Amino acid sequence: MADENWEPKIVAIICNWCSYAGADLAGGARIQYPPDVRAIRVMCTGRIDPLFILKAFQDGADGVLVSGCHFGDCHYLEGNYKAAKRMFLLKTVLKNIGLDDRRLRMTFVSASEGAKWAKVIEDVVNTIRDLGPSPLREFAR
Amino acid sequence: MAEVKKNEEPRIGVFVCHCGTNIAGSVNIQEVKDYAASLPNVVVSNDYQYMCSTPGQNMIVEAIKEHNLSGVVVAACSPRLHEPTFRNATKTGGLNPFRFEMANIREQNSWVHMHQPEEATKKAKDAIRIAVAKASLLQDLHPKSVPVEKAAMVVGAGVGGMQAALDLANAGIKTYLVEKTPTIGGRMSQLDKTFPTLDCSQCILTPKMVDVYRNENIELLTYTEVEGVEGYIGNFDVTLRKKARGVLTPDEAEARGIVGGGCNGCGDCVDVCPVIKPNPFELGMAPRKAIYIYHPQVVPLIYTIDFDSCVKCGLCVDACGDKKAIDLEMQDELMTVKVGTVILATGYDIFPIEKKPEWGYKNYDNVITSLEFERLICASGPTGGKLIRPSDGATPKRVGFVLCAGSRDNTGVGRPYCSRFCCMYSLKHAHQIIEKIPGAVPYIFYMDIRSFGKMYEEFYYRIQDEGAKFIRGRVANILEDPETKNLYIKAEDTLLGRPVDVEVDMVVLAAAVQPSAETERTRRLFGVSCSQDGWLLEAHPKLNPCGTTTAGVYLAGVCQGPKDIPDTVAQAEGAASAASIPIHKGAVELEPYFAQCIEEKCAGCGLCVNLCPYQALSLVEKNGRKVMQVTEAKCKGCGTCGGFCPGGAIWMQHFATPQIIAQIDAFLLGGEE
Repeated sequence: MADENWEPKIVAIICNWCSYAGADLAGGARIQYPPDVRAIRVMCTGRIDPLFILKAFQDGADGVLVSGCHFGDCHYLEGNYKAAKRMFLLKTVLKNIGLDDRRLRMTFVSASEGAKWAKVIEDVVNTIRDLGPSPLREFAR
Repeated sequence: MAEVKKNEEPRIGVFVCHCGTNIAGSVNIQEVKDYAASLPNVVVSNDYQYMCSTPGQNMIVEAIKEHNLSGVVVAACSPRLHEPTFRNATKTGGLNPFRFEMANIREQNSWVHMHQPEEATKKAKDAIRIAVAKASLLQDLHPKSVPVEKAAMVVGAGVGGMQAALDLANAGIKTYLVEKTPTIGGRMSQLDKTFPTLDCSQCILTPKMVDVYRNENIELLTYTEVEGVEGYIGNFDVTLRKKARGVLTPDEAEARGIVGGGCNGCGDCVDVCPVIKPNPFELGMAPRKAIYIYHPQVVPLIYTIDFDSCVKCGLCVDACGDKKAIDLEMQDELMTVKVGTVILATGYDIFPIEKKPEWGYKNYDNVITSLEFERLICASGPTGGKLIRPSDGATPKRVGFVLCAGSRDNTGVGRPYCSRFCCMYSLKHAHQIIEKIPGAVPYIFYMDIRSFGKMYEEFYYRIQDEGAKFIRGRVANILEDPETKNLYIKAEDTLLGRPVDVEVDMVVLAAAVQPSAETERTRRLFGVSCSQDGWLLEAHPKLNPCGTTTAGVYLAGVCQGPKDIPDTVAQAEGAASAASIPIHKGAVELEPYFAQCIEEKCAGCGLCVNLCPYQALSLVEKNGRKVMQVTEAKCKGCGTCGGFCPGGAIWMQHFATPQIIAQIDAFLLGGEE
């Protein structure tokens, strides 16, 4: 298991319209959740090139969270469907390179789901803490 | 505007906001500011109590000039709040406004890690490092200004939709008012009286209906549904399905060369029609024919054939005679209209209260909903305004009212929210019983009486004085005496702390409200989000209650959340005002997050062309080979193409691959260990 000083590094790439707004809502409501995730905002999860996620893992990320709108709710009609397909495929790639595919997670959090956002973060952080540091971490830098 | 030369070293200014104690309460500002100053490319790092204040903004303006900045980072609240503010400050300082990046250290940091100051401080440093990395690669961008079509659309013609349409039309804007049923008026036209003034609902509504009908700027499209939506603010192409009504208006008749023909509302067709169906306007409590109008005051006064039940016997065609208004072979028509802005006013339905079997709705004859009560007590209703109980037609002397029937219900069966107007209309119902039936006693079972509006509390006192019995307690169940069909209401009187069992002649359930059946489909067509309960989501609950996250689409009335008539009308006027602004301005600026093709990298494979949900991309011949081309006005900047291009040949402005990779690298590789 991880050494005691290890703190997980988790990247969240989230869409502007649903999940980012949901995260803002959690803030407004002062719902407390673990501080281990750093968010990068994109307009739509459809924007997320699998390269971004592979780069994050290459850089030593312990986990990556992709979060967008619920199916049917995408601000751009269907970007989240396309993102979900890519993430599904990418999980296979991760397995093939020897990474536990639970390190990549895609969730759907709407602009009105602040509490759900907090739960998602809690869940992701717990999962990554259970998995321990990424085996790629030592190769980063 | 200062053009920053290529290859010039980025010069970034970082500004950390305390937001009073909102941020400074858990983030160590001094530490964060000092850290920011140590980051690559940062030439100035400063902090201020409130960056959004005038002095805070001036600090940015001055720093841009003094330090010849190429980019600005403000670490403060969410970019969804203050990005426009700081972009303006950046512009005032002489930089392109898109050379601004925001680090969210409030909503997604200090407010959610209130008791972890060390962690919050560390996270704020990371957020700033990520933002600086992006700001170092930001480029000048220029919003595209597009003209706005001088027309608007209102979907739903209840009192909210009508008010919005009237306001827009009176402001000189051509307005399409789309209504799915054959008449305008909505729920309000089904009501008898309105609280607390006891105005007759139809009496105050019909003048508005007539105004709508007569207004030259309103094109009324009843029996019409939205079929598809394309475009964006200023330029929506809305496809409408004009359902086959089977009856021609005088104008339509004239267009077909039938002079002086078309429906004049005489009703001769109804007399001969052999098909009898329940009238949905009367909630099935009265019959209608296959050719029908909902009620005598419909607007427009044009009959409609229900083709699902019509047997096409042709008797109505004969009865109509020379007017030749009836066309039994009429088909749905599709039409497309171009509008600049849209208001959704799709209203509500009644929660199917039979899902709460303990109250016996649909099981016991004498348990009805409040809306059914409205029709039964209404002079134009199925009983001519004589309140009778359904089982035997007798006049009820003891009537039980069950409030919060399905509202404020956390069992998972009903709705968790307060439906907001049931308390008040139930008080009104109690008053109407006392007024109409000598000696009648209303028993009101309530959780709390919410009489929050103007003159509402006074109305509540009045009903108390009139003799209504108030019992504070949720009704556990209702039982029926199979012989008398009387009902026994079992509840706990929580004020006396004892169970009660009241025998009544009739029970009225103040059923919860829920978004109308079409709301979900309509909102998806317009790309509007909804809250967990299905109500349409406003852009901001306090500061932008009429707007949505889809630019150019606004909300009015109950579709956004339960509200009574005054609040609906007020919001409708707000929405109309908001929807008229882009139209009166004449042009809107679109955020320049367009895709761009990096032609030397493009292999012309065309994968992106099929991925684009807006048909904004196409392949063109250039220098003897195929490359992708972007139609900027169609591109909404989602980046779905850019996320998939196998050659990395698509440059998403403001969210470009190198910018996002820089953010990832900055977080994972750039931190202090």
